[in-house]
Amino acid sequence: MGSNQTVQGRLNQPGASSHKNRNRILTAVTLVIFVVFLFLADQGIILDSYGVRIIRLCGVYTIAALSMTLINGLTGQFSLGQAGFMAIGAYTTSLLIIPPEVKEQMYYVTPIQGWVRDMQAPFLAAILIGGLLAALIAFLIGFPVLRLRGDYLAIATLGFSEIIRVIITNVGSVTNSSIGIKSIPDTANIWWTTIAAALCITLVYRLMKTSYGRAFKSIRDDEVAAEAMGISLFKHKMLSFVISGFLAGLSGGLLASVVGVINPLYFRFTLAYEILLIVVLGGQGSITGTLVSACLITAGKEWLRFLDSGFSIGPITIPEISGLRMLVFSALLMVVILFYRRGLFGSNEFSWDGLFRLIQRTGARCKRLIRRGEKGGAAK
Amino acid sequence: MNVLIPSMEQFVQGIANALSLGSLYSLVAIGYTMVYGILRLINFAHGEVFMMAMYFVFYVTTLFQAPWYIAFIAGIVGIALLGIVIERAAYKPLRNAPRISVLISAIGVSYLLQNLAVVCFSGIPKQFPSVPLFQDVIIVGGVHIQRMVIIVPIITAILVAALLYLVNHTKMGIAMRAASRDFDTSRLMGINVNRVISITFCIGSLLAAVGAIMWGLKYPKIEPYVGVMPGLKCFIAAVLGGIGSIGGAVIGAFLLGFIEIMLVLFLPGLSGYKDAFAFVLLIIILLVKPTGLLGDKAGVDKA
Repeated sequence: MGSNQTVQGRLNQPGASSHKNRNRILTAVTLVIFVVFLFLADQGIILDSYGVRIIRLCGVYTIAALSMTLINGLTGQFSLGQAGFMAIGAYTTSLLIIPPEVKEQMYYVTPIQGWVRDMQAPFLAAILIGGLLAALIAFLIGFPVLRLRGDYLAIATLGFSEIIRVIITNVGSVTNSSIGIKSIPDTANIWWTTIAAALCITLVYRLMKTSYGRAFKSIRDDEVAAEAMGISLFKHKMLSFVISGFLAGLSGGLLASVVGVINPLYFRFTLAYEILLIVVLGGQGSITGTLVSACLITAGKEWLRFLDSGFSIGPITIPEISGLRMLVFSALLMVVILFYRRGLFGSNEFSWDGLFRLIQRTGARCKRLIRRGEKGGAAK
Repeated sequence: MNVLIPSMEQFVQGIANALSLGSLYSLVAIGYTMVYGILRLINFAHGEVFMMAMYFVFYVTTLFQAPWYIAFIAGIVGIALLGIVIERAAYKPLRNAPRISVLISAIGVSYLLQNLAVVCFSGIPKQFPSVPLFQDVIIVGGVHIQRMVIIVPIITAILVAALLYLVNHTKMGIAMRAASRDFDTSRLMGINVNRVISITFCIGSLLAAVGAIMWGLKYPKIEPYVGVMPGLKCFIAAVLGGIGSIGGAVIGAFLLGFIEIMLVLFLPGLSGYKDAFAFVLLIIILLVKPTGLLGDKAGVDKA
């Protein structure tokens, strides 16, 4: 089938093969530059530890947003439960990687249970267990919840994520209740998060190329038609929901290791809103859009930190206002949804051809504008 | 889990508290149910309208030294206007967009108002003004209760009766009911649908503001996230009663209020799970009887 497509492609476009080679080279060059950049960043040559932390968070948020893109954008099931799954992943991972004696000291209000104190796993196993546990919970939640549609599904998943949070707050002997967990080992360095994000992107991208992925998209576009074509709605929704839960759990585990301190308040519904902002900005249903937007939002959130600590525009000095930064982001969400509903990528994926077309089109538009400007000037 | 048998006095007090909590819930739940009935939209921002009402009253009393009744009226009017503004700015432009976009817009408004509250009013909790007329403790048959425990259900009953009259016996009410069935046909019948929607938001927000004021008298701590939990719970109450039905919202709200208070009264060990319980209830209803207790099919068909 692959060769058939190539033949057709050649027939349609004479220069297709040279484009393909060019695109491959461009991709390879970009990847090499990126890896070199990561290496230099990791060595502390071009970025300080703060910059490195931002890059690490970009990876984490990419995975979290990917989890929402898969279920919301690609399968069309509007789920807002990401924060709960991330909480499960974060708690599981941190309890597995903190040494027993450190855990024992931390639980000073409610004594820690024996098995929680003694459980240990290497980091890779810990994040995977966190992801799998989140996937298992997603599987259990999926049975009742996936029978709902649209906004009912949204509020039910949001409700489950709150239930998870309330349980975490109340089971003090396991989760240290509202005090939370601190001194989580800083294992997830820049390589961990970036490689994990890359693997997750590949996983979702490959998945969407399989018959399962096509079934997801057909469910998103028209459930009735999909069912008529013999697609089991429940099975595919469940698969998408479970994988989405796994990704969210994984990102939660990495997040715990990057930030070092977690508590139940961290995993409020506002976290789900933040992820929703990433997905909406990137374009619902675009994997590359999710990646770009996750990095933009995460970096932007750090870059706009100055808004919270007071700044001056020329003669005007704006005093310290905490929360201004998040106001900007919530306004951004409103602007995107009201005026630019497609987001950055819509439901398309990034391609070099697309980029070149965009550059050409923008160039042509600029030329036209300039010409019009000249004409206007001449007329006067 | 130990079951605690409360004394008779505690039980009566519990019933009184459940009645007033149910009344508060029903004022907010009506807003959800009316908006859902017309736009098929879960108005996520309703909880934030509730929160804004509390801040509004707080600032009118502290900044202008206004007496409580003026502050209450100003708050209610201001919040009714806020409801209209939200609808015009965030929902009207998306009238022909996919429903999920409108839902995201509603989430966006909710998020925006929360952050706006953090910026404008700061995250430090504020104290809702106290009004002795409502908060004095009186003794009825050996039970100590705040006066508002009796006043709140009365106010709610009056407002619900007025609303039911409006919906069932006035021209505006007929227009509302028509619009909730079918926009296009309503337009053909000469109904200004946009106006009907604005008025629906106005009434919903107005009732939420009354609910918020009563809530503030009972639980005087105001912070930017104060509206979230009551908001979600009242939505659950509306679903429980049958979304789209005003009577259903009131019944659902009272039921939820009773269950919550009784749960804490009889099983105090579970009181930490109080908030989770409402969601469990929601999921059970959606699975067993998605139309709720009084709901008609029209409300759920398109969901």
